Amino acid sequence: MFSFELLLDAVVLGLLLGCFYAAVSIGLSVSFGLLDVPHVAHPAFLVLASYGTYFLSEYGIDPIIAGLLLTPVFFVLGLGMYRLYYETFEKRGSDAGVRGIAFFFGIAFIIEVAIILLFGVDQRSVQAPYIGKSIDILSLRIPLRLVVAFIVALLLTLILTLYLSRTFTGRTIRAVAQDADALRLMGANPIATKQWAFGIATGVLGIAGALLIIVQPVEPTLDRAYIGRTFCVVVMAGLGSMSGTLLAGLILGVAESIVLTLYGASWAPAISFAMLLAVLAVRPQGLFGR
Amino acid sequence: MRGNGFWLAAAAFISAAYGLTVFATNDYVFFAGYIILQFMVLATAWNILGGYAGYVNFGTNAFFGLGVYTAVFMAKAFGAPLLLQILVAGLVGAVLGFAVGLLTLRMHGIFFSIATIAMSIIIETFIINWKFVGGASGVQLLRPPPTAPFDSYIRMLFVIAAVMVVLAVAVARYVQNSWIGRGLRAVRDDEIAAECTGVPTLQLKLLACSISGFFLCAMGAPAAMYLQYADPASAFNLNYSVSALAMSLIGGTAHWIGPLLGALLLASTQQLLTVTISSEVNVLVLGLMLVLFVVGAPDGLIGLYRRFFKPKSSDPSGGSSAP
Repeated sequence: MFSFELLLDAVVLGLLLGCFYAAVSIGLSVSFGLLDVPHVAHPAFLVLASYGTYFLSEYGIDPIIAGLLLTPVFFVLGLGMYRLYYETFEKRGSDAGVRGIAFFFGIAFIIEVAIILLFGVDQRSVQAPYIGKSIDILSLRIPLRLVVAFIVALLLTLILTLYLSRTFTGRTIRAVAQDADALRLMGANPIATKQWAFGIATGVLGIAGALLIIVQPVEPTLDRAYIGRTFCVVVMAGLGSMSGTLLAGLILGVAESIVLTLYGASWAPAISFAMLLAVLAVRPQGLFGR
Repeated sequence: MRGNGFWLAAAAFISAAYGLTVFATNDYVFFAGYIILQFMVLATAWNILGGYAGYVNFGTNAFFGLGVYTAVFMAKAFGAPLLLQILVAGLVGAVLGFAVGLLTLRMHGIFFSIATIAMSIIIETFIINWKFVGGASGVQLLRPPPTAPFDSYIRMLFVIAAVMVVLAVAVARYVQNSWIGRGLRAVRDDEIAAECTGVPTLQLKLLACSISGFFLCAMGAPAAMYLQYADPASAFNLNYSVSALAMSLIGGTAHWIGPLLGALLLASTQQLLTVTISSEVNVLVLGLMLVLFVVGAPDGLIGLYRRFFKPKSSDPSGGSSAP
């Protein structure tokens, strides 16, 4: 059964998939990693973006373009979400832990049902020239949809990493994560900065959602599977580390892919979570923890 | 006096449940009532860890599902009677709870919650790959004939659930009023300070996790026979986790009556909506109520009651009432 080629195949697919995992997690890496918002509704917004992409693609728009079109919409949505969260929890200073998580779970459920009411419970997928084809490199057969997702995901991660480390606003966002009070003393407004960052974290989901529906068909409750994956990537990366997010995504992708090849699909879901538990138990600050 | 009042109410509750099985003619009452009672147990048990100690367990579905499958295994392997299934499921749950308690050594806040989600998916995956109990496609179960004095199985399950509500609430009430509850509240408010002043935090957390796990898992066992069917996707549904959490928060986590009220309110609403509209609206109501209460009434129904009906001077013990 075991062969080197099979393993190589699994690793290559895993790397492509891992980049995609990094792309869907990078928003969470900002909102949860940098801003400490327990955003369990992040995957729900992701699936919502996928359905937005599906809706636009019905009018003949390419999924990637649709994702780009959705980004500003989700950015504004994110600004609104953070405002609500801030007014409800951070401003009151009341134990945001339990209630914050509960709040976002509530939001996630509302989004799920909204999708069901609008689109029904059936699986949806999109059509594009690069979906369904595959390319052959050496002896490997690679689905083109994964390659497209890989390239877009890599670009997305790079742009966000550069934005956070090179631009003034990006550095402000990292500063607010380190010490909001000090930022206030420097004359910047931490709340506005956080709101902006949360907007970006949600806006990125526009493209990530498009990638999701390119990689696999979506259904309304798909977000539940991605709660584990995204949090796994972010926690493994170390909170708020963008390059760590990419690496953690790759590790997760390769691990899942290898288990899928060697042991079958039914064992694959446990991998991300077993790794998450291991990381939490052994190195809670993650690979590149702050 | 108050202690006697509680036990009288409990006895009246069980008698009423039993009386209903004798006199009611429509079986639907028991199908719906069982679910409400089930959520009362789940919310009460969840609250022992989540409410008193402040550790948010999202693995309610892991405990519940494990309970379901313990019952399935016991029934298939040994043909064990229902009460034995429930007891063994409870013990399995207590062991799992102990393991979860050990997680609290290194994890707090959202990390603990994420770890419990992770645990539930791992357990679900093992069950999916365990062919003996049906794997991913699930397993059909045949109900044995009901034990006397009951003439229908669903009525028997209803009374069993009622008894479990009383047991769970009695234990939650004892925990809340004893040294355990005081210690857990100290853990919730400031774990390091509690540890420094000599509160045995680890023992308390392990105890709370085990008790909570016992009831969460035990309540899963009769669910197998209630549905006469078990499959991993529904036994480990995330809705159980969010419901238990939502019911406790909606009722109020500070007092044992909170989860009870929350479960009664939310589960009855959901039962009504399932019949009258659809089961999707169920989830919508869960989400909306959760958001509304968390935003508008952070201390739940208990908090609302304290704010509007209680005179200011009558609460010397708790500093948690609204200013």
